[in-house]
Amino acid sequence: MSEAILKVSGLTKNFGGIKAIDNVDLDIRPGEIVALIGPNGAGKTTFFNCLTGIYTPSAGDIRLCNPKSGLKTKLNGMKPNKITEKGMARTFQNIRLFPTMSVLENVMIGRHCRTKAFILGAIFRNPATRREEEEIIEMSYDILKKIGLHKEVNEEARNLSYGAQRRLEIGRALATEPFLLLLDEPAAGMNPKETEALVRLIRQICSEGHSILLIEHDMKLVMSLSDRIFVMDYGKKIAQGTPEEVRSNPAVIKAYLGEEVDA
Amino acid sequence: MFPLKELKRSALIALWFAFLTFPIMVIKVDPIERTVEWRWDNMFFIALGSFVISILSKVYLIRKERRAGRKKGNRSITEPFMQRILREPRFLYPLSLAVLVFALSFPYLFSTYQTNIMTTALMYVVLGLGLNIVVGVAGLLDLGYVAFYAVGAYSYALLNMHFNMGFWAVLPIGGLFAAFLGILLGFPVLRLRGDYLAIVTLGFGEIIRLILENWNDFSQGPSGIANIARPGFFGMDMSFAGGITYIYYLVVGLVIVTIFVVNRLQNSRLGRAWLALREDEIACQAMGIDKTKTKLVAFSLGAFWAGLVGVIFAAKTTFVNPASFTFLESAIILSIVVLGGMGSIVGVIFGALILILMPEYLRALSEYRMLAFGGILVVMMVFRPEGLISNVRRSYQFKKQSSGQASDRS
Repeated sequence: MSEAILKVSGLTKNFGGIKAIDNVDLDIRPGEIVALIGPNGAGKTTFFNCLTGIYTPSAGDIRLCNPKSGLKTKLNGMKPNKITEKGMARTFQNIRLFPTMSVLENVMIGRHCRTKAFILGAIFRNPATRREEEEIIEMSYDILKKIGLHKEVNEEARNLSYGAQRRLEIGRALATEPFLLLLDEPAAGMNPKETEALVRLIRQICSEGHSILLIEHDMKLVMSLSDRIFVMDYGKKIAQGTPEEVRSNPAVIKAYLGEEVDA
Repeated sequence: MFPLKELKRSALIALWFAFLTFPIMVIKVDPIERTVEWRWDNMFFIALGSFVISILSKVYLIRKERRAGRKKGNRSITEPFMQRILREPRFLYPLSLAVLVFALSFPYLFSTYQTNIMTTALMYVVLGLGLNIVVGVAGLLDLGYVAFYAVGAYSYALLNMHFNMGFWAVLPIGGLFAAFLGILLGFPVLRLRGDYLAIVTLGFGEIIRLILENWNDFSQGPSGIANIARPGFFGMDMSFAGGITYIYYLVVGLVIVTIFVVNRLQNSRLGRAWLALREDEIACQAMGIDKTKTKLVAFSLGAFWAGLVGVIFAAKTTFVNPASFTFLESAIILSIVVLGGMGSIVGVIFGALILILMPEYLRALSEYRMLAFGGILVVMMVFRPEGLISNVRRSYQFKKQSSGQASDRS
């Protein structure tokens, strides 16, 4: 088995006296789709925020290992933009697109950390900058085609439907060329048809060499999609394993699935 | 049909205005003759005037609503006239050429006095475009912008006084000083946004002014620095009028350079990052944009233009004192940006010309000048809250759906 691309050990985050995350371990191997589930308020989004540098963890260790270069990085205390540069991108639970920018521009922003042009390049627009700009547009357009939004290139992001906005968020994250993609409730608020399309999209992304960690409440999606599942409750990890293992785990049933023993 | 309810409303508004303006418009006390003159006819005109204006504005609003309701979702038709012109190179190029020719022949068409006023207006165009980077594009509300303007002006005044440095040598230095100060200011306020940022920058602007006012050994205090050298032109001696024309062309040149640079910046990777930063900071960082660097660059680039204009200001008036750099000045530059349209270059140019030229040409109305000025500002904000000319979003055209071949127009 190849080495884990993300290894979290003993991650803890305190807000004052409250332990939002308490000593959580997690690891993701290349090409995997891993789900993080748990009841509301279990600390899943806080966990994401710690991973992506929006919060600084109180204790514990987050290590990212680039599967291609084998480069290992410790992410604790790194700025969010640096973490994205290292190859881990995310989407947000409450959609955070750039609402008045166009769909294409939203994806183009994702290319920011992979491009270089700065003040002088912008002013003099030298051949290198121009080529870079063309590449940005081209790649962004390809991504839009992949997520099926290439007909709305010049539409303002806020005018998109809910499901399309979620897909655009994924597209924007993909533009940063991540090897690990964190999706925070990607199917929230989607109708069954949209969810189905989303599942296909996630599978496709995964098959293209991105590993995925997702938070989700839609159990059908989680069970059908993920290779492994981690379950959190009250900030603690209470179970982990394949969908079957988790499904039959008594602790999970007690904390999360409640009465549905047969589920 | 115009609703009766609105007629009643307008009548009420008219009454209210008549009442409000009663003390200044109707009563006229002559303290020498010790008589009071009652000018009731004025009251009638005010009432009638406000009644008509209120009805007209209501009609306009109703029409606008109807139009918006009818053409929902059809952007090509609701797109304002100005934006269509800006989008179409066919119109844009001849139009800019005409404006350029007009600008270049201005000193020959009009008097020295007019040229001087126009120079001031164009200086504010550059200031507006500089602040536009900070406020309009990057969304950082800066109320102390005048501080950078002051730094530019005093750089030239002091360097000229102590080291006898020439205008052209100080021009870049003044800009760089201001840009450096922009970074200095930027660091502590990086975490702040919106109102908090506005307050801190406001304080910063005042600090600079107070330093200039009170540190006598450094800046000669409130009495200011006089006899600053005018800009030279290869050692040529110029007449007074010639000097004004020269500065006018210099400013026109600066305006052109500024428009060019700001336009390029806005349509670049950096400009996109600024826009994104304005819209959502956290998402921005999560997408790999360095918030610190991007903000500092916005601050310092904005300040740079203010520094340049500051140097020109000192050279133009040959005298600087702290009274030229009060908060009012910041407020005017900010109004230029907001009135013109945040993030829109053409908007800011119009905003500056209107806001600076209008008070000059309304001088004929003498005492009502500022009243009219305020009135026009209010009317603007009611009818076009997004500014005179809102920013044209760049659109991208893809020739074939299959390939990534892109052609874009800005």
